[in-house]
Amino acid sequence: MQSTITVDWDAVIADPRFQTLHRKKQLFLSGLMIFSIVYYFALPVGAAYFQDFFKIRVWGVLNVGLLFALSQFVVAWLLAFYYERKANAEFDTLARDITADHLKTGG
Amino acid sequence: MQLNRALAAVTAFLLPLAARAADVSAVAPEWLPLTVGVFAVMIAATLYVTYVAAKRVRSASDFYTAGGGISGLQNGWAIAGDYLSAASFLGIAGLISLYGYDGFMYSVGFLVAYVTVLLLIAEPCRNIGKYTLSDILAYRNDPRLSRVFGAISVITVSTFYLTAQMVGGGVLVKTLIGIDYEVSVITVGILMLAYVLFGGMVATTWVQIIKAVLLVIASFVLVMLVWTPYGFSLPAFMSDVVGDAKVQARVASLLGDAAKSMTPAELGQRFLEPGLLYKVPIDQISLAMALVFGTAGLPHILMRFFTVRSAQQARKSVLWAMAIIGGFYVLTLFLGFGAAKLVGPANIAAVDAGGNMAGPLLAQYLGGGADSLFGNFLLAFVSAVAFATIVAVVAGLVLASASAMAHDLYVGVVRAGHDVPAGEQVTAARVATVIVGALAIGIGIAAKGQNVAVLVGLAFAVAASANFPCILLTLHWRRSNTGGMVAGMLVGTIVAVGLTLVSPNLTYPKLVRAAAHKVLDAAPAKRAAIAAVMANADGAANAVIVKARKDQAALDKAVAKAEADIKKVEGQETSFMGLEKPLIDLKNPGIISIPLGFLAVILGSLVFNDRRAEAKWNELYARQNTGLLVNTASKH
Repeated sequence: MQSTITVDWDAVIADPRFQTLHRKKQLFLSGLMIFSIVYYFALPVGAAYFQDFFKIRVWGVLNVGLLFALSQFVVAWLLAFYYERKANAEFDTLARDITADHLKTGG
Repeated sequence: MQLNRALAAVTAFLLPLAARAADVSAVAPEWLPLTVGVFAVMIAATLYVTYVAAKRVRSASDFYTAGGGISGLQNGWAIAGDYLSAASFLGIAGLISLYGYDGFMYSVGFLVAYVTVLLLIAEPCRNIGKYTLSDILAYRNDPRLSRVFGAISVITVSTFYLTAQMVGGGVLVKTLIGIDYEVSVITVGILMLAYVLFGGMVATTWVQIIKAVLLVIASFVLVMLVWTPYGFSLPAFMSDVVGDAKVQARVASLLGDAAKSMTPAELGQRFLEPGLLYKVPIDQISLAMALVFGTAGLPHILMRFFTVRSAQQARKSVLWAMAIIGGFYVLTLFLGFGAAKLVGPANIAAVDAGGNMAGPLLAQYLGGGADSLFGNFLLAFVSAVAFATIVAVVAGLVLASASAMAHDLYVGVVRAGHDVPAGEQVTAARVATVIVGALAIGIGIAAKGQNVAVLVGLAFAVAASANFPCILLTLHWRRSNTGGMVAGMLVGTIVAVGLTLVSPNLTYPKLVRAAAHKVLDAAPAKRAAIAAVMANADGAANAVIVKARKDQAALDKAVAKAEADIKKVEGQETSFMGLEKPLIDLKNPGIISIPLGFLAVILGSLVFNDRRAEAKWNELYARQNTGLLVNTASKH
């Protein structure tokens, strides 16, 4: 199927554009991942150790804990949406450039 | 055509089974024809899809991954269909209706898990995988070892999950429409086999999509009915929930003595506060870890990313899946609290102690009650969706296990080095499907009456402790190699399973007996106290007598339960593992087993020297980031 096409993988890795892609992606992904984990684990930790804070009523009978749990949905969606926009606009373009060049020279 | 006849035979076998209903069920006997009709329409629709799909399954790629021809949007719905199991559909609405806030908190982890999948797993997997989880491991690591260990892990995780689904499904269908447990397990098994065997991934995908769409429609209709009277105001709805006497009574019974000094308003408000269900904080955090990292290691979810053409489509699938799954869990907030307010926690727990019937009972209530046509139609519809849910999830699990057996073990290990013809590959896949399907039915029947709730948690724990560290580090860490992969799989699986086996999840006859005897020993004194109150209550307010009668009833119930418990463990001294009491307090092993899994991969990789893993790193890393040479789907 693909045996006719060969790619020089070391050359791809050495390509400065790949290094840029790698650096940008790693930074962006780890930042987002760490934020997501910290934000999420604040929920079980808060529900266990900061119950008095979670019980404070904010909006009618709705308390901090319930609104924080609901905010998890919004935050997860925003993170995903933000990543998709960034990936579509930046990472994919870089990856496409690299792919096109190296398939040509590899052929 | 042979296929036509086979599908006709399946249908002919199933219809009389569905019509054969027993006596006890949520649906009253006179409404059973309606229920059976709704079921029949749903089954007919999925079998038709299978019939159409079956014509398109020619190669192994068609069978395992629908030829990579599924779109991001379709795959998003299918992931939701694969993931929203009966446990999450019925279980979470039930937990919210019985425990309020804690039940809702549980559902958050199921959505956040997809952030991990999106950021770390989905796209790299699409870019370097083919059909199975082991394909990813085998890219750098020793192929034979990767396939053996990968397949064992896939089959282990899927079997735990599958058993829980089969048993839960059997019980559910029995409770809903009264079909015998064994009959419903066999029905689920045969239907699922029909989808997977004839239609492969194409049919499985469409069954999952149909199920997810039905599930969302059903939930949406119910939420509209619950929420409209409040003018779509969240505080108005919630304040009505906490003001409800049934909800306040539930909180009072959960809190026991602590509730005595609380006003009704305080009791109601307590329903929206943490701590009614989860008492051990560290356990809750441990469970959260297993959910958030385990989803990314579930084989039937990973497999879905091989059905799309590119990393972009994989990304799009996760976004759609997150929108659908998250939207659904937000709806469960209204289903759960709505059921608590309208049906009442006590009435829900009376039908099923775990609360699984909250959704269906809410549907019946909203439609006009047990005697109304619309009420019973809604109940039948929700029941049919629950049934479709089980079949769809089971189909995904069986396909994942069968692919591990046929693609990894047979083609990759037994016939390693041979060029296995396409026809033989498809045959192997189908034979594996029949084996796994038969096993699933057998296990489902054998595990009747067992407490299988622990198995879903265990599936997530093994996926998070073994699969997730191995996949993540193989994809993202240069030094990772075969030694790490083997160590991680072994340590992750053994620690997760081992800790569960010595955890409080199992039954410890001596502890059960001791607790029951404590209740029985204390009973006479309590009975005397109640009698004294009653005797002295002559001139006292009526409320005192009402309360004393309530206490009396509660005591009778507790005594009956204690006696039943003693009978259940009669003649047993130790748990299944030969222990008198649990060795650890943790119910969820994740907080220990996940770090150990990662540590094992890291240490194993550092100790072991593996030239292939190093040599292949550049290729793997370049491919997973750029999508170079990604398999392109053949156009149908």
